[in-house]
Amino acid sequence: MPIIDLANPTRFLTIANRALPWLIAVTVIVFAIGLFYVMNAPDDYQQGATVKIMFLHVPAAWLGMLGWGLMSVAALGTLVWRHPLADVAGKAAAPIGAAFTFICLVTGSLWGRPTWGTYWVWDARLTSMLVLLLLYFGVLALYWTAEEPGRGARAAAILSLVGAVNLPIIKFSVDWWNTLHQPASVFRMGGSTIDPALLTPLLIMALAFTLLFATLHLAVMRNEILRRRVRSMRLMQAQELAEAT
Amino acid sequence: MIAFNALLVRDMRLAIRVGGGALMGALFFLIVVTMMPFAIGPDLALLARIGPAILWLGALLASLLALDRLFATDHEDGSLDLLMMGALPLELSVATKAIAHWLTTGLPLVVIAPLLGLMLNVELHAMGWLALTLLVGTPALTFIGLVGAALAVALRRGGLLLAVLVLPLTVPVLIFGVAAANAALFGATPFGPPFTILCALTLASLVLGPIAAAAALRHGLE
Amino acid sequence: MRLNAEELACNRGGREVFRGLSFALSSGEAMVISGRNGAGKSSLLRMIAGLVRCAAGQLTLDGGERDTPLAEQCHYLGHQDAMKPSLTVSENLQFWTEFFGARAHTIESALQAVGLAALTDLPAAYLSAGQRRRLSIARLVSVQRPIWLLDEPTSALDSPSQKRLAELMQGHLAGGGMIVAAAHGPIGLERARELKLDPA
Repeated sequence: MPIIDLANPTRFLTIANRALPWLIAVTVIVFAIGLFYVMNAPDDYQQGATVKIMFLHVPAAWLGMLGWGLMSVAALGTLVWRHPLADVAGKAAAPIGAAFTFICLVTGSLWGRPTWGTYWVWDARLTSMLVLLLLYFGVLALYWTAEEPGRGARAAAILSLVGAVNLPIIKFSVDWWNTLHQPASVFRMGGSTIDPALLTPLLIMALAFTLLFATLHLAVMRNEILRRRVRSMRLMQAQELAEAT
Repeated sequence: MIAFNALLVRDMRLAIRVGGGALMGALFFLIVVTMMPFAIGPDLALLARIGPAILWLGALLASLLALDRLFATDHEDGSLDLLMMGALPLELSVATKAIAHWLTTGLPLVVIAPLLGLMLNVELHAMGWLALTLLVGTPALTFIGLVGAALAVALRRGGLLLAVLVLPLTVPVLIFGVAAANAALFGATPFGPPFTILCALTLASLVLGPIAAAAALRHGLE
Repeated sequence: MRLNAEELACNRGGREVFRGLSFALSSGEAMVISGRNGAGKSSLLRMIAGLVRCAAGQLTLDGGERDTPLAEQCHYLGHQDAMKPSLTVSENLQFWTEFFGARAHTIESALQAVGLAALTDLPAAYLSAGQRRRLSIARLVSVQRPIWLLDEPTSALDSPSQKRLAELMQGHLAGGGMIVAAAHGPIGLERARELKLDPA
């Protein structure tokens, strides 16, 4: 097994170490501004203050989908362009995207509870998100079960691309499935149109969460590179000891 | 006693470190339960009525699929030969592996079942009873599946053969498990009788399963 | 202690592999089984280990621990290593030692005897084939059973490791143990009896 090429990742590590503190600072600032806007945003006339879950739920949904998009681009990088850091980027994006999808589902469930009366009604949008989460779990399972980082990365890259192609089809079929059975209460998340007073906080919070995604992604990539180094060093140690004894 | 502990700890360590660990069974359970409404439709009333059945079927399939590797890995690397030569009787070794398997695969199913019940609109008050039936019934699934796993490894065939062998044997567990869960949920029938029979089935399988599995291994691996 | 075999016969896959095999082995003695592929060398070892039933004949042990079957007084080193890649070297060895009821303090000396003492915390996945083989030999030493059944023990071992194995085998014999080994060539035991198996 070839020892991992240390040139590019080393440069990346230096850049990451320098950029991370700045990223964290910017993220915190944007969050502060966003929360200020959220506090001052008006309540919905129908849902009251619970409408503010939207400021967590909607960005989480976007970032869940962004995560998969990022994984697909990284997959192309791994399989087509053979960029050395592409598989690290993909592997780092998976758990973060999965976490945001999970947050989207939980907040959606809590948000719908007052209107639905139960925690879950198989509504079209949330169900699509659930299938996305299952796909995420599949990719994560591939990473966990692979013995060698390289093999797991290629398998996960293929699954990312297959999933990317499949996701619009899944979304379409879930929407269609949902129209077959008229749900008891039609629940539009966020109201029929988004009031401009709610739009600004939403966009700022979306930006804040995106910055959070970027920060976490960078940190996870750095960890993964370090983890692979440890693995290589252990292999070298075993080889050296084999020659010595 | 030391041998028993050593084998239990080793099998649990392997289950947690290899192949996604304890989460894979729970993940499969989640996926199977999610698939059902796509086939059945999102009719909440209907889902609530058949919720216990869906959960039990999901747990059955998840337990079954994880059993495939129970003896196969040990057979492939020569550990099974050595396990058969130990001071611990083979029946006990096999039972220990089954216990480790249930703790790392069956128990997570029981833990995640209430969450899945939530998605199927199962009423909250019955969730505990449902989990209890699974807690009592999943060991039976593991110990009955043990026999299939032992037969399949001896015959060097994999998952589907195992399923074909084991599923008919698990029919009583499924029947009484779902009956007990339904009794708790809808109150139309008493909970006691099916639950006690379920307990009896589990206790019987704890004894008979390892005996049959050990015999299968001995005769099959000659 | 004496291992007696009388008129042993072996059937594998419906075919008779050998018949009428008899031998006797005492404490401190070693026997090397030779013969062509398919002659039944591995099968004979597995018969002594209790993994394969004798089609005919008897295997008895005089002396040794009372009320303990023959299989529990043997240790079998086959072609496979029986080591789990995801467990560390010491975890692997500790498991087998405890499972076979030997005392745990033998692990360290066993690892030193095969030269793997520096690798105790390394997951077995990182070991080479030769190192894994040495780990199996460490298991042989650590488990401390009187009869060693070795199936081609020197395969995958380099010369220094083969010499080490020869020393360990001599030590085992000197301590009153017995060795039955299947091999194609010499394994480093000078005064070993030879049993040649011809295919039936």
